[in-house]
Amino acid sequence: MSALRELYQQVIIDHGRHPRNHGVLANPTHQKQGHNPLCGDKLELFVCVENDSIKELKFVGNGCAISMASASLMTEHLKDKKISEVLQIFQQFHELMTEDAHDVELLGKLSVLAGVAEFPARVKCATLAWHTLNAALAEDAAPVSTE
Amino acid sequence: MNTLIDKGTTESMSLFDVHAIRQHFPILQQTVHGHPLVYLDNAATSQKPLSVIESEVNFYKNSNANVHRGLHLLSDQATQAYEGAREKVRQFINAPSMREIVFVRGSTEAINLVASSFGQLNIQEGDEILISALEHHANIVPWQLLCAQKKAHLRVIPVLDNGELDLAAYNDLINIRTKLIAITHVSNAIGTINPVEKMIEIAHQQGVPVLIDGAQAVPHLKVDVQSLQCDFYVFSAHKMYGPTGVGVLYAKEALLKAMPPYQGGGEMISQVTFERSTYNELPYKFEAGTPNIAGAIGLGAAIDYLNQLDLMQVAAYEQQLLDYATQALSEIDGLRIIGEAAEKVPVISFILDTIHPHDIGTILDHQGIAIRAGHHCAMPLMERFGVAATARASLAFYNTFAEVDSLVLGIREVQRMFA
Repeated sequence: MSALRELYQQVIIDHGRHPRNHGVLANPTHQKQGHNPLCGDKLELFVCVENDSIKELKFVGNGCAISMASASLMTEHLKDKKISEVLQIFQQFHELMTEDAHDVELLGKLSVLAGVAEFPARVKCATLAWHTLNAALAEDAAPVSTE
Repeated sequence: MNTLIDKGTTESMSLFDVHAIRQHFPILQQTVHGHPLVYLDNAATSQKPLSVIESEVNFYKNSNANVHRGLHLLSDQATQAYEGAREKVRQFINAPSMREIVFVRGSTEAINLVASSFGQLNIQEGDEILISALEHHANIVPWQLLCAQKKAHLRVIPVLDNGELDLAAYNDLINIRTKLIAITHVSNAIGTINPVEKMIEIAHQQGVPVLIDGAQAVPHLKVDVQSLQCDFYVFSAHKMYGPTGVGVLYAKEALLKAMPPYQGGGEMISQVTFERSTYNELPYKFEAGTPNIAGAIGLGAAIDYLNQLDLMQVAAYEQQLLDYATQALSEIDGLRIIGEAAEKVPVISFILDTIHPHDIGTILDHQGIAIRAGHHCAMPLMERFGVAATARASLAFYNTFAEVDSLVLGIREVQRMFA
């Protein structure tokens, strides 16, 4: 498979076009805006944490296929995960994007985004939702930016 | 592909020998991701002819010395080459005097210089500065900073749906409080050529000085600051086939004389004591520190390069490229061109179905085609057209009809990938 086809595989195009968990959460415990000023990708993340687990996770936003698909896949994958686990998954996902050697056992379907690593200019697109989630959970008040 | 005109026929229709021209630009001869490079990001920065590259190399190899201070031969050669470049710039824009040509880092610094220096002197609380909705951030933010500092107000000439400025609104916006008008000659994002000569005339009838941001104009249009009658004209070398890191502020001498220095340092002074300093004559008053000597010489070489072309032919060829590309792109289902002004340079901004410009940019890159995808440092303009970003193909006279065909095929490939 060419690097380009691997980047834009069907799962990513599908999630990019029809993002799952797209919408506003009425009473989030955590909420955060993320912004990639380079391309104008914007999203807002709504998280409901109960008993140290992610009970609900939704987002609204618009952006490129990679950023939307990544946010969509993230929201699917993290539902009902423990916060401590979320941080480990984020670690593995970040390594998947940026490092040659990486573990993937916690990533499941998120591994379809592995092709992004071949496109350094697009790593920020794939990690926007994750940085936003990280900041939301840390309850940092300022909007997060990839720059 | 039968919708496209046969490219052999189209190119032979032109007197302009683009294939000979392409030989002057070494970078164009390469492949990218296994495809011949199709460079359509000229509004971001243009490529450089060999003569420009060699002029910088030659300076560093043979004449490098500081200017205006050494008594030795190399310093004299460097000074002559640097001042020679200033004279070339003067002729290039037909300025009356070399004292009116200030070398700066680029258009952005030139605008900041005027905002800081002219603004300090002339803008008071309650005054208005008028810009347009077509501006690049470089012609917005310096004025915002000045307005915040002075409690002045920024006013904006709106843009019509076709990408032209609303001249009726322009007339109405100028009033007794308007102290400066700063507008772009050509839109970097959508290619509109503004009727600046007419706009300057209207401003001058009200006694308001005008700054023209010419960064996107000088690569495409013949600029004559005396016939325009503009008060300030700014541009960057790197968008007109010269090096990065050098640009020009042209200003009428009377304005420069009255304006306080922008930065302090060497070169810009006449005498310094710890009590006070007296400033050097024009234009050196505005050139603090060792300038970008090699860059200025490279800009001079770029002007020499342009001067040996037939600029009428170049303009005619670029118009053919624009017409051909506009027609070819319009025939793609789901593609919408943003900006359809009657007068344009070969810059085409577009959106495609619901596919994000960044995805378009990546997929085209893998076919060797370099375009810009994003907001083009013109976020308010993007908002005006209800888009977060566009894809932008910006052409130069070294681009070919065949490259436009490659772009069309590339866009069809993007659509296939997202089908």
